[in-house]
Amino acid sequence: MHNVVCIKQVPDSAQIRVHPVTNTIMRQGVPTIINPYDLFALEAALELRDKFGGEITVVTMGPPSAEDSLRKALTFGAERAVLLTDRCFAGADTLATTYALATAIRKIGKDYGQPDLIFTGKQTIDGDTAQVGPGIAKRLQVMQLTYVVKIGALDLTARTIEAERRSEGGVQVLRTRLPCLITMLEATNQIRRGAMADALRAARAPIVKWSAQDAGVEDISKCGLKGSPTVVKRVFAPSARADKATLVEPSEEPAQALIDTIFKHQPKLEADLAALAGNV
Amino acid sequence: MTNVIKAPASSAAGRAAAKKELPEHFRAYKHVWVFVEQERGEVHPVSWELMGAGRRLADKLKVDLAAVVIGPEGEAARNAALQSFSYGANLVYLVADQVLADYRNEAYTKALTDLVNSYKPEILLLGATTLGRDLAGSVATTLLTGLTADCTELDVDSDGSLAATRPTFGGSLLCTIYTLNYRPQMATVRPRVMPMPECIARDPGRIILHSLDLIEADIVSKVLSFVPDRDSSISSLAYADVVVAGGLGLGSVENFELVRQLAAVLGAEHGCSRPLVQKGWVTSDRQIGQTGKTIRPKLYIAAGISGAIQHRVGVEGADLIIAINTDKNAPIFDFAHIGVVTDAVRLLPALAAAFQARLSPRLRDRVVSHDFRGAPQRRRGP
Repeated sequence: MHNVVCIKQVPDSAQIRVHPVTNTIMRQGVPTIINPYDLFALEAALELRDKFGGEITVVTMGPPSAEDSLRKALTFGAERAVLLTDRCFAGADTLATTYALATAIRKIGKDYGQPDLIFTGKQTIDGDTAQVGPGIAKRLQVMQLTYVVKIGALDLTARTIEAERRSEGGVQVLRTRLPCLITMLEATNQIRRGAMADALRAARAPIVKWSAQDAGVEDISKCGLKGSPTVVKRVFAPSARADKATLVEPSEEPAQALIDTIFKHQPKLEADLAALAGNV
Repeated sequence: MTNVIKAPASSAAGRAAAKKELPEHFRAYKHVWVFVEQERGEVHPVSWELMGAGRRLADKLKVDLAAVVIGPEGEAARNAALQSFSYGANLVYLVADQVLADYRNEAYTKALTDLVNSYKPEILLLGATTLGRDLAGSVATTLLTGLTADCTELDVDSDGSLAATRPTFGGSLLCTIYTLNYRPQMATVRPRVMPMPECIARDPGRIILHSLDLIEADIVSKVLSFVPDRDSSISSLAYADVVVAGGLGLGSVENFELVRQLAAVLGAEHGCSRPLVQKGWVTSDRQIGQTGKTIRPKLYIAAGISGAIQHRVGVEGADLIIAINTDKNAPIFDFAHIGVVTDAVRLLPALAAAFQARLSPRLRDRVVSHDFRGAPQRRRGP
């Protein structure tokens, strides 16, 4: 089987700092990583390949430096990496991103075999929208299974797949048709340690680099800034609350002092808490 | 050389200059819609929270607020429609069909996009639940319009455009996003971000029935089963009245037990900040913050949490925030109401004992169980 895994190179948000005076992002020294949610997607694809054979193509849209993340994905065992990079993709919102990625996936299908499954992570840690997966599925007119916890029976002859997906209040078990786009939920697997052979191969493997034209983009106005219906008008730091916290003075019995302060602040709370605690 | 780049990539700065030139065919798009999410006969409370937000937008725009109810035929759909009026809707669009019994992307996407194409709303709001996000992404792509996820603030500006504000860069900054020249302007909002509006009994208004025009044989995906969560306390974290949470300041995974114990004494839910999930100390369904749950409890106790903005946006709606942290300069003291500068590991057990003594003298002798797993079950919702 042929599975395509979409990944994104993101700044390691745990290390992002905002300049206290200028309210700008300080990118200096912030390392980039593969969006952590995408690794669950990649591992799910690797497990299916172990079981059913075939190939995995990882694809990303980004600046030329996103090649690093693709190489990293190759060290885990993916066969092929495609980098979609072009100035015209810059400034894309989710709708424009899905146009570019869906176009590239069609081209991947033409060049390397039609994909059975397309994987993405649940969302990215920099955008947090969870919109690109469903958007790609819609553009490609394929079925979608989001927030997948577990992939069940896969029948390549009947072209069906069963999967468990997280939904509000429980897990929904569905059967649908291939090809299908899957967004994997976090903590559903753990990315493997890549084999030494893969690490060696990844260091030298050619990365397929496509411009918009190479990928088969027909309408450049659907890409990047031009193709984005949303407009970011303002970026700002959250305003500070006018008054800082009332600090409880250090005392012999700080717990007692804290509770007294709490109930002085909100006298009604005591009855509410007593009712709740009484239910335990 | 300084390497401080302006927050939005340079290309985004170009976007800010974009002008509103709404094409003629979008000018007929009017009114504010809220998608009323039902799963297995229950309306998700986020839908009513959105109805409150939608009402404010509609009033400002001087247009109607409509509820969109999509689901199987029957009492649940009818009740959801009627309740919508009590939460402020002027009218309801109802698509009721047996093939909508379980949520399936194909059928729900068709139902919602058909409605939009037929009745043309200018604003469409959905809850950022698993269902809402699955649906919103498909609908926005089908309609080729803008969708802003996880908004924390919705407003209309002077020219009538929806100003959707959301955290960006992992919650370190906020940005305001517009869908200037496409309709509808779509946005999702996470549960508990907006306050729950009052439910006031009103005479029902118009209910507009729309047929789905889809038969079971046309739908590819089949639901094989549904396994409800055993631990219902997980889903009630967002709606808990009292929440106790721990952060890295606790120092070790063992000390997180102190958070669970205080929560048990208070009949509260427990949660954590993002680093504890990343360290694997606590499961992700307990995470509070921009990428976890948003909470609005009456009382929130944050133990050893520094208060990064990613956490702040998830707890700001709490009535009373108590911060316990050794670092008096920790950002959490900027938005907490009451602070104690001390080691949470030492204060938590004393606090549990003191609360126990104060709240319920008859519980005074009770030993707090060390393997306490969850709080009492409470119904989700209003």
